[in-house]
Amino acid sequence: MVTTSITVDDTGFLRLVLARADDALVLGHRLSEWCGHAPILEEDLSLANIALDLIGQARSLYALAGAASGHDEDQLAYLRDDRQYRNLLMLEQPNGDFACTIARLFLYSAYIDPYWRMLATSGSELAPVAAKAAKESAYHLRHSAEWLIRLGDGTAESHRRAQDALERLFPWTGEMFEPLPDDVAVPVAVWDAQVDAVLAEATLARPAPKWQQTGGRAGRHSEHLGHLLAEMQHLQRAFPGATW
Amino acid sequence: MLHQELARRRDPMWRWERPLLREISMYAQGLNQSDPAAVTASPEAARFQARIDAEDKIEPNDWMPEAYRRTLIRQISQHAHSEIIGMLPEGNWITRAPSLRRKAALLAKVQDEGGHGLYLYAAAETLGVTREDLVDQLLAGKAKYSSIFNYPTLTWADIGAIGWLVDGAAIMNQIPLCRCSFGPYARAMIRVCKEESFHQRQGYEIMLTLCRGTAEQKAMAQDALDRWWWPCLMMFGPPDAASQHSDTSMMWKIKRFTNDGLRQKFIDATVPQGHYLGLSFPDPALRLNPESGHWEHGPIDWEEFRRVVAGGGFCAADRLDARRRAHDEGTWVREAAAAFAAKRTARKEAA
Amino acid sequence: MSTPATPIWEVFIRSRSGLAHRHVGSVHAADATLALQAARDVYTRRGEGLSLWVVPSSAIVASDPADKEMMFEPTGSKIYRHPTFYEVPDEVGHM
Repeated sequence: MVTTSITVDDTGFLRLVLARADDALVLGHRLSEWCGHAPILEEDLSLANIALDLIGQARSLYALAGAASGHDEDQLAYLRDDRQYRNLLMLEQPNGDFACTIARLFLYSAYIDPYWRMLATSGSELAPVAAKAAKESAYHLRHSAEWLIRLGDGTAESHRRAQDALERLFPWTGEMFEPLPDDVAVPVAVWDAQVDAVLAEATLARPAPKWQQTGGRAGRHSEHLGHLLAEMQHLQRAFPGATW
Repeated sequence: MLHQELARRRDPMWRWERPLLREISMYAQGLNQSDPAAVTASPEAARFQARIDAEDKIEPNDWMPEAYRRTLIRQISQHAHSEIIGMLPEGNWITRAPSLRRKAALLAKVQDEGGHGLYLYAAAETLGVTREDLVDQLLAGKAKYSSIFNYPTLTWADIGAIGWLVDGAAIMNQIPLCRCSFGPYARAMIRVCKEESFHQRQGYEIMLTLCRGTAEQKAMAQDALDRWWWPCLMMFGPPDAASQHSDTSMMWKIKRFTNDGLRQKFIDATVPQGHYLGLSFPDPALRLNPESGHWEHGPIDWEEFRRVVAGGGFCAADRLDARRRAHDEGTWVREAAAAFAAKRTARKEAA
Repeated sequence: MSTPATPIWEVFIRSRSGLAHRHVGSVHAADATLALQAARDVYTRRGEGLSLWVVPSSAIVASDPADKEMMFEPTGSKIYRHPTFYEVPDEVGHM
């Protein structure tokens, strides 16, 4: 009898690894949706590069999770239901326009880049993955920051779109700072400083603090993740046990 | 040579380029472009042809017949458009790739195709056109691209079939182009061929995995081969007897093999690969001629080819719609980047 | 309406320490920062580079092909600049 879904008892180390892996996979998946549709040919290649980095990070992390859970990377990615996914809610939101895609990548990179660097020197089991990921996230941060500056300080339309994107995304950002087991913590002030510096250069206003959305780390997602997974997992679900 | 390529770019600095271009255009007006005899009529043309015959490379600012320039602009831009449109049928499966390994490989491959389009647009730009104009022509429906990309990708096996067959056919066509007489095109093709070496293997590996998998997977692979085989044979273009551009292109060494010659090479290479997979080809007439050593095939439906080239392909409207949407929705982004660059320059000058 | 042209940048890559930067192609970008990132994302996807230059195409001054004879042919007769012009007996060995 083939099992079509798996559940992972993700306490402790597994909770941490799966959260980081799911973040990377879900954002990588979203960015890969741009392939062939980006506003500029050069940017089509850039977004694909970033997506490939993130999918690569997810694979390294699933490999670690696999050793602890007994499931391989594809079982973890393709056979868990959305209630088992631990990613940040912000990352599963649809891409929206280019401003929204860039703003999300920036807000996430401004968190995850210092995170990977802290983790790389922490003695964590994830340190080798973090050391590699830190080099990638440094570029993601720079690329998204440069674009956000251009959109913010470009035309009236691009400014409006970039500001709208920030307003929409900010309520999802608090979730990044929720503690995970045995993890390092990026001080909010580090993220604030990075974000504020770029927003100032982009002539964009930081949205006023309001409620923060939460639930992703506990598997309570927005409606969008179910659709993302339905698409991503379609073949594995339709042909249980097949090798691809 | 770099300086020669650069000089063709539209910039007032190349003041000597413009009279040269005008002169060539005027000269060309009186010629019958498709008549090989006419294009060697002048002393310059004779010298040009002698260089080609001696396997010398032509660089952008060298004298060239207007018809040579126009043929290259048409061919290189069609090739570039094909790479860009070609991202779409395979892109259709990036989000549904059935494993993380396949997902990464497919995304990298489709991204490569974007890169190849970019290299090719750059090669065309050395001939005095802009990428923007070429793209506008594509979006206006005035430019052609390879009709193979107007067929739909219906199952995951289509991704295997495209890599194995479509890329296989493209490589067959592109390897001789690495020796094309026009330097920038030849250099672009060298880079493309180097990068593409993994594409066909990626596709064949998908087919092999499916053929070694469940009965359903093998049926999926067979179905993909059944649908892609004939369109792939059509990729090499009409039979030599009916091809409009072959004679002059061969004389100019833009092209080195005939359509039929390349098609035969492709069939001979591919049929044994298909048999290794345990698949059958959708051509009852396909047989090995023991004397010639070549695989002979049944008649190709050129009516279908003409219909698809004329825009009657299954996905023709979808493909152009997707590119138009990307272009239109990207307008404000390109405007923002240009506005920011202008502001930055102004600030620097004010400081 | 036709799409406005974006500036072209020529891309040069140093592929290994000790080698000069070599021209590899071009990218379109509105400004230098974007050009450098585009060059990185387009031309170094397979570990081709250690260092990148981007130069506005319009900043490059090229020789005129019409001047080819004047510019490059006079050097052809200066054969005394090449080592094989000089005779050294075999017994002397490699020099």
